[in-house]
Amino acid sequence: MEVDIPAALNALAPKLGGTAVEKAQRLTGGASMETWAFTLVGGGEPRPLILRRRSVPMDPETSRSATMAAEAALIRAAEHAGAPVAPLVRLCQPEDDLGEGHITGFVAGETLGRKIVADPKFDTVRPHLARQCGQILARIHTIPAGAAPLATADAQGELDRYEAIYRSSGAERPILEMAIQHMRRNLPPPLPNVVLHGDFRNGNMMFDPDRGVAAVLDWELAHVGDPAEDLGWLCVNSWRFGRADRPVGGFGEYQDLLEGYIEAGGVEIPLSRVLFWQALGSLKWGIMCLMMYSSYATGATNSVERPMIGRRVSETEIDLVNLLEAGL
Amino acid sequence: MIEHPRADELIEAVAGWVESIRPQLNPRDAFLSRVAVNALNAVKRELVQGPAAEAAAVARLSALLGVEGDLKTLNAELCERLRQGEMDVSTPGLLAALKAGIEDQIAIDQPSYVSVKVR
Repeated sequence: MEVDIPAALNALAPKLGGTAVEKAQRLTGGASMETWAFTLVGGGEPRPLILRRRSVPMDPETSRSATMAAEAALIRAAEHAGAPVAPLVRLCQPEDDLGEGHITGFVAGETLGRKIVADPKFDTVRPHLARQCGQILARIHTIPAGAAPLATADAQGELDRYEAIYRSSGAERPILEMAIQHMRRNLPPPLPNVVLHGDFRNGNMMFDPDRGVAAVLDWELAHVGDPAEDLGWLCVNSWRFGRADRPVGGFGEYQDLLEGYIEAGGVEIPLSRVLFWQALGSLKWGIMCLMMYSSYATGATNSVERPMIGRRVSETEIDLVNLLEAGL
Repeated sequence: MIEHPRADELIEAVAGWVESIRPQLNPRDAFLSRVAVNALNAVKRELVQGPAAEAAAVARLSALLGVEGDLKTLNAELCERLRQGEMDVSTPGLLAALKAGIEDQIAIDQPSYVSVKVR
């Protein structure tokens, strides 16, 4: 269904505390999610806002995304827990004619990972980011599990899920196979589950050159699971943007991340557990890349981007070999 | 095989042309044109480096598994042994063989990729 977003936003302006909406423009277009920036006027100072909406209805059977309602509840709960977020303004209602979506405040800053790791304007704040991320994760992990309806998946569950996807692809890739078997035999001992962001990495955060992390974005993969999952995902080499020597997001060190996590009340997590989840993160990203290639191979999409993402499987394989060689 | 121009020269020419029109493109197409040039460059590297890399991988895996076959067959056989637990990370020579193979592959796919070093 085609929706006239600028018109629908304009009609919604009174409910947002203004009279009209200006400069509505689409920022990104994922396959299933859209992000729009717009300015609300007529209610005092013009107010920049962000709309995130699902452009195609979610299939609850196959999607592992949280619903937009769950995402909205989580953003509120994260703010309450002391994590920096773009504050929720409105969860879209059916009469808003915007489909499934929500409106949040606009937070200024930089999201491009390669700029965070390399741009001189982040040189001063960069050494503090890993500790700050640890602190933020500890706060996110205090969100009560009842804050939103979320799926639960521990290490075994994640491994089962991605192995099944890998098997269904029909691919025979020895490094992925070896990693699956090795991780299956070396699962970390259970820890009490917590609410996870689920996609906490360089690229999904808004960074400010003075304050560091200004907002944690993209809550759609939130779920309940092992606290080390969020820490390990942030350390996956695929989001270090060429700075493999700085394991935390390409900007910091493991020790700072783990210390920040404890400082803000998180449980003590051994580095070996973070490395397990980092490796599982590389495996998951490799299998996701395989699937994105499949969507091209089967004719479901025809963008040049999809088959090229298939050539990123090898980056996860070389990282897995190095992790296994180091004695994961 | 036609030698003038070679396949890699044709690819180079197309990649150069895509680069040259990028400034006229809208942001989405400019992004996709970058992906397209990356794809062309990967194909060019595969044409030049692929045959030797594949031959080396076949030789390594044949020696490791004690069977003959093409790369697809050998990979499938190795995966089966890993699934059955007949081979694993501790199998002598396995990690070294896989590492040599994946280094050749990354040199084709993304030569600028810097892999993780642990400790």
